[in-house]
Amino acid sequence: MYLGRVMGTVVAERKYPGLEGVKLLVVQPLDHRHEPTGEPLVAADTVRAGPGELVYLTQAREAALALDPCFVPVDAAIIGIVDELDARP
Amino acid sequence: MKLCRVKGTVVSTAKQEVYHGWKLMVVQPVDEQGREQGHSFLAVDRVQAGEGDLVLVNSEGNGARQLFQIEKLPIRSLILGIVDQVDA
Repeated sequence: MYLGRVMGTVVAERKYPGLEGVKLLVVQPLDHRHEPTGEPLVAADTVRAGPGELVYLTQAREAALALDPCFVPVDAAIIGIVDELDARP
Repeated sequence: MKLCRVKGTVVSTAKQEVYHGWKLMVVQPVDEQGREQGHSFLAVDRVQAGEGDLVLVNSEGNGARQLFQIEKLPIRSLILGIVDQVDA
């Protein structure tokens, strides 16, 4: 799991069965210093996050498990919104 | 499994149902000398680790699912133990 900042939304009208109604967001992965750790990616949202919010994500098989019904074809899912990050630099 | 240093905690209200009651920590991978390697990430803590502790982190979800006997657990990284000593 890792931290990320929601940068925007993605709209896809035609998509794989099971992905209907799944909100897709563009997320920039971050470390605990809020420094980018790689390229922005598209993640399925499970917690009603919005642009600008600090969130955390899970990847790979666990992303598919986070969605309901599970095992839809996604490789990243937002699983929480961060209220407070208390970490040493 | 990775050696990591606990950097802090994440507090979150809006989250997946199964994450309620689990402590989420920021962990920074380190080498055997304690030097930081790569980027920090988040891991669920079930061994009462604290900030500054050297810990062992499993970053593979099947381990967590087997450990907690929950078939559809979307947890990938789990703190498995607090390291007392590394001889390397």
